[in-house]
Amino acid sequence: MSTKVVDRTPLTFYERSYLPAILSGLKVTARHFLRSAKGHNTATDLSQGYYPEVPWTVAEGYRGAPYLVRDQEGHTKCVSCQLCEFICPPKAIKITPPGPEGIPSDRANAEKMPREFEINMLRCIFCGMCQEVCPEEAIFLQKDYSLTGTSREEMIYNKEKLLSLGGTHAGIQKWKHKLESAQHQEVFPVKTH
Amino acid sequence: MSNPATTTPAPAPAVPPPVEKIRIKVDGREIDVPKMMPNWQGKLEPTTMLQACHMAGQEVPHYCYHPKLPVAGNCRMCLVEFGTPMIGPDRKPVLNEDGSPKIARSVLPYEPQTPRGAIACATPISPGMELYPNSPATKQMREAVLESLLINHPLDCPICDQAGECKLQEYSVQHGQSASRFVEEKVHKPKAVDLGPRIVLDDERCVLCTRCIRFTKDIAGDDALGIINRGSYNTISAFPGRAFDNNYTLNTVDLCPVGALTSKDFRFKMRVWFLKETKSLCTSCGTGCNITIGSREGVIHRYEPRENNAVNGPWMCDAGRLNYKWVGRKDRLTEVQSRGQRTTWATAIKEISERLASATPGSTAIIASARQTTEELYLLKRLATRLGAVTDSVPRAGNADRLLVCDDRNPNSQGARLTGITFTELGIQLAWIADGIRNGSIRHLVVFGEDVTQQGIGADLLGKLETLIASDILPNATTARAAFVLPGCAAAEKRGTFINVKGRVQRFEKAAEAPGDARPEWEVLHELVEKVTGSTGFTTIEGLFNQMAKDVPALAGLEWGKLGDTGVTVAI
Repeated sequence: MSTKVVDRTPLTFYERSYLPAILSGLKVTARHFLRSAKGHNTATDLSQGYYPEVPWTVAEGYRGAPYLVRDQEGHTKCVSCQLCEFICPPKAIKITPPGPEGIPSDRANAEKMPREFEINMLRCIFCGMCQEVCPEEAIFLQKDYSLTGTSREEMIYNKEKLLSLGGTHAGIQKWKHKLESAQHQEVFPVKTH
Repeated sequence: MSNPATTTPAPAPAVPPPVEKIRIKVDGREIDVPKMMPNWQGKLEPTTMLQACHMAGQEVPHYCYHPKLPVAGNCRMCLVEFGTPMIGPDRKPVLNEDGSPKIARSVLPYEPQTPRGAIACATPISPGMELYPNSPATKQMREAVLESLLINHPLDCPICDQAGECKLQEYSVQHGQSASRFVEEKVHKPKAVDLGPRIVLDDERCVLCTRCIRFTKDIAGDDALGIINRGSYNTISAFPGRAFDNNYTLNTVDLCPVGALTSKDFRFKMRVWFLKETKSLCTSCGTGCNITIGSREGVIHRYEPRENNAVNGPWMCDAGRLNYKWVGRKDRLTEVQSRGQRTTWATAIKEISERLASATPGSTAIIASARQTTEELYLLKRLATRLGAVTDSVPRAGNADRLLVCDDRNPNSQGARLTGITFTELGIQLAWIADGIRNGSIRHLVVFGEDVTQQGIGADLLGKLETLIASDILPNATTARAAFVLPGCAAAEKRGTFINVKGRVQRFEKAAEAPGDARPEWEVLHELVEKVTGSTGFTTIEGLFNQMAKDVPALAGLEWGKLGDTGVTVAI
């Protein structure tokens, strides 16, 4: 016999009347009412406070929403290699490559950047595969965890939005160094565009 | 069955001459290989180590070697360690204790402990030879060659269009080392060089295999490319003052084992691993080059040649390769229309079949297109037979060249001839049809895939018709005047067969969905024929083809399943 039957203790008359419980509840409500009437926010005042008034402190290494980053000179780091689109398990990423007529990269020598880069945040599972596969250190899972919107379209973040949310990530700037190294050599003059 | 299909154009000799074989050992396994093998031109030449290894199931990695190009032997990637039977001073083979011939492994003459490989692509085999394509020495040689090829390689795979189908990537994984030992600065060469109207060259990525140079000189017959500068500064270049602009330049993009030559048309369009590959046919001329359509999510991104040695070898022309953009045009016909009003297929087919069925015999004319599939032409012919209609098609002539392009620019003129839509000469009935409309004997006209206003049947004549039924892919002057407009499909959006000028019956598969209401013409025609003639048929393309093969004498004995990927030649 692994089941132990516990008899429920019958409610006392005091408990069955419910009124004391309601009154003690109303007392809490009244206390909060009076405190906020004096300009205090109870949710932020009490011990560590409550979410969402007090946002949760995100730990280092937390895997939140993936955003695109710029390099220290403000250039788009993504070169539209589409490896993240390929690896993405829920198929949340959709990249439109520049194509033959598209605008070239906004930095010299990298040749390529995406025409459009969309992440469907409703699909994204914050797994971090995109960050891991990226050969350009252009996409990072950042600390945002609470993404809200009023429509499905709003939850598809485009390139502009992802870049503005992502901020800057200083890196090794390999394309810049390649260009400098090429300019340093004299055999083939480097075209500057 | 009077004209049965044959699988070869010329009857093969009854008894093929015996093939002289040589016994060699590959990786310790004995194998008999032919002494002579066809070279890139099909002429017999001594079998090479690479061919022998291939026959033994051992692929030797290579960059410069290509079975359809002259052997250059400059990339050194196919180095293989080998040994030959030892010959004693008495010119007799030296034997081991067990009586087997003693094998002398090839070594450097001044350093007998160091194995010496030979390039497998250019070294002929000899009797008793032993090849070691998997020996430690061979692997070490491959690693060393690959390391040296990668010394100045920019490693810009993220921005390289070749990534995913690049031999440097593949061999680096299979035979390379994980890290580079090269600490000096890489030699930088010109990037994104405009080599010709359709080609971009990245000199840094080039491994100097010279496949492009050999192709354009020996296959395309345009000696346009060469190597300039010396040593590490070697670069591919077009002859000064001349653009690399012949009609076969894009084949060098396929040939280029790395990302040095890339297509301007496909540049930065889509990563190749996303492309769905569909076996199809080029529709730009009567040659019927076999192609692979690369598409993603219904968008066609590129055509590539598909090897078929009976038709196009591994090549195709640039004009045909780039002739796909109209498929995705925004102004495609996407609505079934009846007198300018949008309608459904069921209503339109019902109305059309009633009209045609009640038409006076002989008062209908059908103008088909030799760009339609054989099945569609066959169905149109059945419709014409029932209606007593006169049929014809429209000829399309152009200039032929010495390699692939044909002077007949219709992909299926033979199909139109064999199904009986046209006489031997296409278009000779068109004037007769025009006269018929003028004098009122032809009251109904069915046009498929052609603009008859360009063929002597002008807008005034079309206005005199009682019924004009037009099916097409793109809008034109005929569809603008048609009572019934039936949106059709490009070859890439349906299945079917074409018969090329030499009588090769080849099938193609569907790569993309047609836009809007557009349906494959054969489906529509099939319903129409069923309604007009009352006979039921097959609802699959396979069944339809097999039915057609029974009815059309020239195709007797053929079956859809027997066509295979490369087709069957019929007597024409």
